[in-house]
Amino acid sequence: MIDTSVPVQQNLPRAGGHRFLATIKPPRVALNVLLLVVALLWLMPTITLAIISLRPESLYQVSGWWKILTAPSQFTFSNYSQLFSQGLAAGGLLDSLVTSLEITVPATLLVTLLSSLAAYSIVFGRWRGRTAVFLGVVGLMVVPVQVALLPVVQLYRAFGSLTGFNPYGTIEGVVIFHVAFGLPFGIFLMRNFYVGIPLDLVEAARIDGAGEVKLFRRLIVPLGMPAVASLLIFQFIWVWNDLLVALVFLGGYPHTPLTLFLYGQTRALGENYWIISTGGMISIIVPLIVFFSFQRYFVRGMLAGAVK
Amino acid sequence: MAPISLEQVNKSYPNGFHAVHDFALDVAEGELMVLVGPSGCGKTTVLRMVAGLEDITSGTLTFGNRVVNDLSPRERDVAMVFQSYALYPHMTVAENIGFSLSLHKMPKAEIAAKVNEAAVILGLSEWLDRKPAQLSGGQRQRVAMGRAIVREPSVFLMDEPLSNLDAKLRVQMRAEVSRIQRRIGVATMYVTHDQVEAMTMGDRVAVMRTGRLQQVAPPQVLYDRPDNVFVAAFIGSPAMNLYRAELAEDAQTVRLGSQTLRITDEVRHSRPALVAYAGKRLVVGFRPEDLPAVDAEMPAADSQDLEGDVTLVEALGSDLLVHFTIDAARVQPEDVQEDAAGLESGELVVAGEGIARVDPRVEIQVGKRTRFRLSPSRLHFFDLESESAIW
Repeated sequence: MIDTSVPVQQNLPRAGGHRFLATIKPPRVALNVLLLVVALLWLMPTITLAIISLRPESLYQVSGWWKILTAPSQFTFSNYSQLFSQGLAAGGLLDSLVTSLEITVPATLLVTLLSSLAAYSIVFGRWRGRTAVFLGVVGLMVVPVQVALLPVVQLYRAFGSLTGFNPYGTIEGVVIFHVAFGLPFGIFLMRNFYVGIPLDLVEAARIDGAGEVKLFRRLIVPLGMPAVASLLIFQFIWVWNDLLVALVFLGGYPHTPLTLFLYGQTRALGENYWIISTGGMISIIVPLIVFFSFQRYFVRGMLAGAVK
Repeated sequence: MAPISLEQVNKSYPNGFHAVHDFALDVAEGELMVLVGPSGCGKTTVLRMVAGLEDITSGTLTFGNRVVNDLSPRERDVAMVFQSYALYPHMTVAENIGFSLSLHKMPKAEIAAKVNEAAVILGLSEWLDRKPAQLSGGQRQRVAMGRAIVREPSVFLMDEPLSNLDAKLRVQMRAEVSRIQRRIGVATMYVTHDQVEAMTMGDRVAVMRTGRLQQVAPPQVLYDRPDNVFVAAFIGSPAMNLYRAELAEDAQTVRLGSQTLRITDEVRHSRPALVAYAGKRLVVGFRPEDLPAVDAEMPAADSQDLEGDVTLVEALGSDLLVHFTIDAARVQPEDVQEDAAGLESGELVVAGEGIARVDPRVEIQVGKRTRFRLSPSRLHFFDLESESAIW
């Protein structure tokens, strides 16, 4: 009888010791080293691509990319200068870069602006059927791009025969397509963010004398920046990397976006890795710039202190 | 013309819920009108209709001589303090206060001057560059006030502005809000569910219940002459003791359970309608503070004393709250109507709880029968059916 009570008493400090172990945190340095390794692993393909683009093409099949630092140095910008030397000639890399921007920038800005406006109306408007419209928009998110390709081509033709302007084969046609397919997700994202904005804030602004335009510009847009930033980045990368839509809708157009340019290189010559690696690097840089310039808006807790 | 005037204002929602019934109220120049009532009584709905945040289903709302029913909040020139404060989180304190001025395209220097002036009044000068998230609850409340007063509006609305503060700060801000309101001298509607706020702050108080206005009067009048059972029970803490009773045929006494209380000529004189209730049932009320305990040594007096069994004593320091029961049915304002029917058929007598506020020096023992002196002039009488006061 007495014996049984002893182990019970011994268990108590052990239980405490166990909890003590759980509170021990791995040293900060170890954590950072681990994160660094993971980051390096993730970056490896990009680094490899960068190094390939920075070595003479002739060495590509002779030695591995890790030899770049051996003496004499294999490091060279010749691939880049060669690509840029073509200038803005149609079909060149710089021309493709410009074409990609011509498509992506308007498509991204339009989707962001229109999604914000539509979501504002759906959340804070006072018209009937707002929920139905929103559910319809959500339903549109599952429509695959592929099923719309042919109908939209026909639609463009019909529009062309009516107005004399056929968007098929133009930058405008591609932009319109991307905007149409970006809006459902954009509205969905913005709406879900806006419903979290306390209604009191909107009412306070209305009482302070804000009309719909000022209310949107001075309250909703600043508060919605985290959502706007993520939508902008998503949409930019989606349009920037698009190949299918450009392939279908830019037939016969003299300029091609970067994706089509790179695709053309693999087809034409088979082994011109230097163009693909160098062009690939250039096509990565633009979305990176966009990402880093909007990263700071991903700050959480923008609404802290608004109410209560 | 009153700065704010509501005439027969109704609010009903598409789902059929009728939130406000025939609401009529005038707020005078510089007056602080408190709207008070239990939650769901429609007081906030009235305020939101005045602000323009809810449509008015029917009736007329006028500011001065201007009918504003169909004007947007922007066009009404009202300022409002929200329960949640609703501060713009991305703006500094100065930007929050000056937001409405900048919307009205006032020059920057002028805005800064006005913001500074408001900040001095509210003691916010040091915090003008902070964001709302960096402020304490009391400071946020002040910013919300600042945003409203800087506009020099024609109408000032406040929706439970103090209910998010802790008890101590609330008492302090209560006085401060009153002071600021008097200083700017603008017609104000102030919504609260707290009857202490209503009594201490209101020039007049409008008591609401289930969408209907019950009584509008200065606080002391509400307390002394409540128009009906609901107002009597709602105003005052602890609430007025209300019981079913029966007036004698000669209207000289009122029977309360097994006890009889005398009614003086003076009472009959001040309430001429009371005679009509001779031999009938009615509701009798008396406030806890009108029930001083009688020393046990003193001889049993006449019908001026009320005897009750003490069930609980709560010491507040300044007073004792003595809970007692008598053998009369307690009346709750909610169930007066239903019980009026039940009384005729069932005739059930329920032991009625009551509370007396008593001098702490008097010795009270739980479980003991105790006598309380009850002056006839302190009695309130109400009709059992209509709940209205009998005068």
